[in-house]
Amino acid sequence: MAKAELMNYEQALEQFEVVIGLEVHVELNTNTKMFCGCRNDFGDEPNTNVCPICIGLPGSLPAVNRKAVESSIAIGLALGCSIAPTGRFSRKNYFYPDLAKNFQTSQYDEPIAFEGTIDIEIPSGNVFTVAIERAHMEEDAGKLTHVGGNTGRIHGAEYSLVDYNRAGVPLVEIVTKPIIGAKHEAPELAAAYVRSIREIVKALGVSEARMERGNVRCDANVSLRRHGAEKLGTRTETKNVNSLRSIERAVRYEIQRQAHILAAGGSITQETRHWHEDRGMTSSGRPKSDADDYRYFPEPDLVPVQPSAELIEKIRASLPENPSDRRKRLQAEWAFADLEFRDVVNAGLLDQIEETVLAGAKPQAARKWWTGEVARLANADDKDVSELSVSPADIAQLASLVESGKINDRIGREVLAAVLAGEGTPEQIVAERGLEVVSDDGALLAAIDDALATQPHVIDAIREGRMQAAGAVIGAVMKAMKGQADAARVRELLIQRASE
Amino acid sequence: MTDLIKHNASELVEMLATKQVSSVEVTQAHLDRIAEVNPTINSFLHVTGEEALKVASDVDKRRAAGEQLPLLAGLPIAVKDNLTTTDAPTTAGSKILEGWIPQYDATVVKLLRAQGMPILGKTNLDEFAMGSSTEFSAYGPSRNPWDIERIPGGSGGGSSSAVASFSAPLAIGSDTGGSIRFPAAVTGTVGHKPTYGAVSRYGLIALASSLDQIGPVSRSVLDAALLQDVIAGHDPHDSTSLPESLGSMADAARNPSLKGKRIGVIKQLSGAGFQPGVQARFDESIELLAKAGAEIVEVDCPSFEYAIAAYYLILPAEASSNLAKFDSVRFGLRVTPDGNPTIERVMAATREAGFGPEVKRRIILGTYALSSGYYDAYYGSAQKVRTLIQRDLAKAFELADVLVSPTAPTTAFKFGEKIDDPLAMYLNDIATIPANLAGIPGMAIPNGLAEEDGLPSGIQLLAPARADARLYEVAAALESLHENVWGKRMMQFAPELKVGA
Repeated sequence: MAKAELMNYEQALEQFEVVIGLEVHVELNTNTKMFCGCRNDFGDEPNTNVCPICIGLPGSLPAVNRKAVESSIAIGLALGCSIAPTGRFSRKNYFYPDLAKNFQTSQYDEPIAFEGTIDIEIPSGNVFTVAIERAHMEEDAGKLTHVGGNTGRIHGAEYSLVDYNRAGVPLVEIVTKPIIGAKHEAPELAAAYVRSIREIVKALGVSEARMERGNVRCDANVSLRRHGAEKLGTRTETKNVNSLRSIERAVRYEIQRQAHILAAGGSITQETRHWHEDRGMTSSGRPKSDADDYRYFPEPDLVPVQPSAELIEKIRASLPENPSDRRKRLQAEWAFADLEFRDVVNAGLLDQIEETVLAGAKPQAARKWWTGEVARLANADDKDVSELSVSPADIAQLASLVESGKINDRIGREVLAAVLAGEGTPEQIVAERGLEVVSDDGALLAAIDDALATQPHVIDAIREGRMQAAGAVIGAVMKAMKGQADAARVRELLIQRASE
Repeated sequence: MTDLIKHNASELVEMLATKQVSSVEVTQAHLDRIAEVNPTINSFLHVTGEEALKVASDVDKRRAAGEQLPLLAGLPIAVKDNLTTTDAPTTAGSKILEGWIPQYDATVVKLLRAQGMPILGKTNLDEFAMGSSTEFSAYGPSRNPWDIERIPGGSGGGSSSAVASFSAPLAIGSDTGGSIRFPAAVTGTVGHKPTYGAVSRYGLIALASSLDQIGPVSRSVLDAALLQDVIAGHDPHDSTSLPESLGSMADAARNPSLKGKRIGVIKQLSGAGFQPGVQARFDESIELLAKAGAEIVEVDCPSFEYAIAAYYLILPAEASSNLAKFDSVRFGLRVTPDGNPTIERVMAATREAGFGPEVKRRIILGTYALSSGYYDAYYGSAQKVRTLIQRDLAKAFELADVLVSPTAPTTAFKFGEKIDDPLAMYLNDIATIPANLAGIPGMAIPNGLAEEDGLPSGIQLLAPARADARLYEVAAALESLHENVWGKRMMQFAPELKVGA
């Protein structure tokens, strides 16, 4: 499988207009599955969370999970969608061994939520309004493991194992309308969009929203057309893009791949494509045409879902603050410059800083610690900040110790390292290690006099206005105090001495 | 044959309650009868004698200990083999499920067990309930106790022949387009298809989900009512089951009433195409009803003309999807072709070997009807016809409280007569299908013998959705008028069943 020939990205954008469309599957964190009472926990021992319904035994019937409907409504409302007062499920018919009934119970022509919009800010600071076509409920399929062969795919495998723990897990599929006009920022927009969906469902508490676990999965549709053309180009649907970075890379790759083909007079095959993170490329999956015949028809085993207006309004009233509104509010409250705030957002540190501020720290101090030393230590350890064992309360305490002058910045960094090493809270560490700065002027003056005794010329130099000479004495004092002194205070006292 | 088995269910219930007879005696009498006649008439695919006697003996002990028991405790029953049972194979009459023992009981089976009713066994049916004769059962047809050269009706010919041969006092049936009512008509028994949603479908191996309904098979209207009262009710496992109770059917059957009732004769369901003897008995019953004080009106249901066509699009469409799960992966038959086959080929080979001709015919029909580009013309149009039929019935029920017609155009036909002519076979259901399309209740009761062949004919009564009780009132009244005229019960006309070599 060779990497396709690609056109230079800038050149591709000069010649073509990029159109993307995103389908995001969100796995809901309900206690039980979509249509049965099995535990919604597919990480368990294979085929333990199964029953006659989710393995499709003859005679079994589905019953809709009320909580899943409420979660879906919450997602729809958070995306500014209208909620359908009545909606039928449909059957999507196709044979596949991971699909217990050989049809997927889904919503087809009557999604629970439709016609919404969401504002997406990308790292450059540009904001795009993405139109949501629909959000609908469906059930997940089981998980196949192909054994033998070397591709891990069904073709070439000797046999396959099926785990139906995932069969019937509730999903909400969110589909955008075609997104036109993002130009060279289309890849960033795609990633930022998925990040926003993650933030929203996390804020709603309806999904664990962990991409690495497949709680949020994205299929990215990409097509190109000549500038000025009205008709949309033929699209490809890249599946298996399960990190924000992959989404950005996959969209960029498809733009360059398609541009190369189109510029050479070729045509794009409508198909699904697979993203290979390791090789940074997509490969052809199966042909997909609009005529794929799933023989949809209304699910006769279920009555339509009819959420009452009261229920919808109750859910609307309980919605948490929209993440983008929250960002606007926090930036204003904290008075961060645009660039400072964007760094915080891009580093994913909004929650930590908010909690640190709530714990009493000044916003700028909280920002400096989290985006500075904490991020640096995480980076050095190749970890995510969230994986470090330091809490917003710890940082607030640390910031307060520095603010009050009890410790200086350098000691603060030492204390932080000790917190990460599990030695306790900053206050405990400062007390135990005796790190508090020496604020006793008498002790500092004694140290200054000791230092001047060995470097008597310094006094004269200062008196003559050559302040740089003070450094040697300050350094000696800091050394004598084992760093636990406020250098600024030492300088003040030294000048005082010189003027006596 | 002991006299015990000749009793109606309601009589046996009384005898059990007053300890004139034990459940073990009643159950054993029926098991003996099954042993005697089943090799000939093949009502049962599987007999669960041991389990039935265990339940019977338990009920007897509890009764002896003075325990307050459910009304039908100790009364044995037969269950159609498309309802799941954990203690007996459930095949739906198909090779693809041969030997499959379900991991769960159907809701109706649970209710029977909770009632303390010994289950005698599982009754034969056309494969996946597709058929009108049991000739499409993968396990051979059942025979009509009135004439073993003739069909017992279908798909529930196992249940109808079991009840008509006194092998069981009651049986459970399922009715998608007449599978309870047509067999009742041709075996001289009673069969009721309740309002859609009155009885839980959980555990009923689906044919067409929007049409299927479980109901009672018996030898009297009261018996059917007693059984419906046991199996009806809301089930959270079936979201299409009705939330509300439809009341006591037994109370309705015990209070027959015709006074002031308007009986609507459906214009489209008589005359040409109806066997003369069947039509004659029907006309006589209308006269009886009129004499007894009912008002007779004629009603027009012009859309009934399209009912069969619509039915044979909706049913196969739903069935093609419902039967997709039979793929060898999780249960049932698995056929592995030679040469390291793919899963697709295993599925295809299994379905090729496991499904019979009628099932394949309907899967292909349904797959086609749902296909992109054909959906609107076929499935979509059929749903429109369904709406028109519902409107016809709604109008008819403004003029009449109960609608009547012959249950089927003919009496029981001979084996092989229609097996190669699907269209002729489908016409048996012309009178029964509209009730399924509209979701309304329909009851078939015996209506005397056709003079040309001496075989039973049936009369069908229809009521609006949820008005099952009204059908029991009117049907019980007509049943008693009949017995007055005939001087005996319908089944007493039946010839002695000759079995053995």
